[in-house]
Amino acid sequence: MDLRDAFGLFNYWMVIVLMMTGLYIVVSRGNLVKKIVGLNIFQTSVFLLYISMGKVSGGTAPILTGKPEVFSNPLPHVLILTAIVVGVATTALGLALIIRIKNAYNSIEEDEIQKQDLAAENAEGDGRTTR
Amino acid sequence: MIALIVDAASWGFLVTGSFLVVVGALGLVRMPDFYTRLHPAGITDTLGTDLILTGLMLQAGFTLVTVKLFLIGAFLFFTSPTSTHAIANAALVAGLKPRYATIPPRPEGAGAGKKDAR
Amino acid sequence: MESAINVALLLFLAGTAFSILRRTTLFSVVMLSGVFSLVSAALLVHLDAVDVAFTEAAVGAGVSTVLMLSTLSLTARHEAPSTRSRAIPLIVVFLTGLALVYGTLDMPRFGDPDAPIHGHVVPRYITGTATEIGMPNIVTAVLASYRGFDTLGETTVIFTAGIGVLLLLAGTIREPGVAEKLTAMDHHLVLRVVTKLLIGPILLFALYVQFHGDYGPGGGFQAGVIFATAFIIYALVFGLGTASRALPGRAVRVLLALGVLIYGGVGLVSFFFGKNYLDYSVLGPTAAAGQHIGILLVEFGVGMTVAAVMVSTYYAFAGQNPPIGDEEW
Repeated sequence: MDLRDAFGLFNYWMVIVLMMTGLYIVVSRGNLVKKIVGLNIFQTSVFLLYISMGKVSGGTAPILTGKPEVFSNPLPHVLILTAIVVGVATTALGLALIIRIKNAYNSIEEDEIQKQDLAAENAEGDGRTTR
Repeated sequence: MIALIVDAASWGFLVTGSFLVVVGALGLVRMPDFYTRLHPAGITDTLGTDLILTGLMLQAGFTLVTVKLFLIGAFLFFTSPTSTHAIANAALVAGLKPRYATIPPRPEGAGAGKKDAR
Repeated sequence: MESAINVALLLFLAGTAFSILRRTTLFSVVMLSGVFSLVSAALLVHLDAVDVAFTEAAVGAGVSTVLMLSTLSLTARHEAPSTRSRAIPLIVVFLTGLALVYGTLDMPRFGDPDAPIHGHVVPRYITGTATEIGMPNIVTAVLASYRGFDTLGETTVIFTAGIGVLLLLAGTIREPGVAEKLTAMDHHLVLRVVTKLLIGPILLFALYVQFHGDYGPGGGFQAGVIFATAFIIYALVFGLGTASRALPGRAVRVLLALGVLIYGGVGLVSFFFGKNYLDYSVLGPTAAAGQHIGILLVEFGVGMTVAAVMVSTYYAFAGQNPPIGDEEW
């Protein structure tokens, strides 16, 4: 693997860095909205990975013009196009869940929510023994 | 000959537009206050992109691409100043005071209604 | 020169991602995520994925940011400082990254025309789009015809997500009253005038993108999002009540299901002619004409569902009772 190969893989490595940043935001931050943003970053960098795989050097956008040309691979484009819109639909679902969580717990910090859940469980346990 | 002039003119527009975009970015970082920062951001959005689009139109010649670029330019011409105005307006209504100037008091009777709901 | 643009845009993206990681003001985080989507759309154009860039710009930088801001207005403004240890996530993420980099060492070089991904079905799709289907945009042809089943599944997923949002927020949506009108807003005058000017062109552009998807970048997904954007901006500037009178929630819910029905129905029509599900060649006098009609109908169904999902999601978010009034921000 020489330097040219390494340069050829630079795209993928940068995309992996982005993916890991997104994953780190999801795992390490407690705020739910920030987790969703981190998930979006992860999603978008996965899309970039797929589209990078489909690129052909010297190619052009896969739209027929009548002249014989080299096209970039249209198949990843198709798959990622649907994936983007599905991604926003699931983001909307996640945000709706956050709104409901805020209504129920009055907080969107994961630590707060877990604390309240544990307190509720303990209170339930005590209630059962004294009934 | 004409092609050379058109090419040179389009290059001139593109370079000027890019220079203004860079100036806008620099101003965004260097300006001291929110309202003063908004001004270079507006430059990037309006004059910078419109000059770049004019340069691209000259490159494209008399094709459909030019019409589409013109429509994009017209759309940006409407929306960019509006968004800059909306940001400044929101800041003013929320109570952010400019650092180096004073706001004249609002005349009585105007804008005394409740704020818009979302 | 090409790779310089690549490198610059990717570094930009990395910088934006790190800023999102570090910032604690949620408003900045959401805005930066919009910037991230827009810059990745630019990178996608550079990678020749024009359809995908179109969708990413419309969806990621547009609708997604609006929905996140609506959520922020209902929840919190700042992220609480985290008390958990950062070491374990960092190690996990680092090890995963290393494993992935190890995996890329076997991958073909970026831009290699002989990569295995370019073989198998792809040459058939490219030549088939010219001969069997006869439309210039290969991506639309593959999306709606060659991979029609996948797109049907995706449309159903979007529909399900829309239903999920409506179910989650159904109990708390405050139906805007008919008498809810705009209070005197002299300092929103510019916005109102410009919005009224622009909604027409936006809707026209959405229709253009919808029906022009055969010849250039476009299609149902992008058109649906742009269509929804027009109604969302109307609701943002003029209030939810006025927008609900223009496009009532009930109509949006009908459109939501109608889009998926159209898509599935086109497949059923092929059944009645004795061919496979979603075989469009029976819909017209010649096979190619049938393909054109089928793709048009199917994209229309997709556009309808996507637009309805975005609009109904925004209505659901905007109809929530805000925890604090506008004056206390």
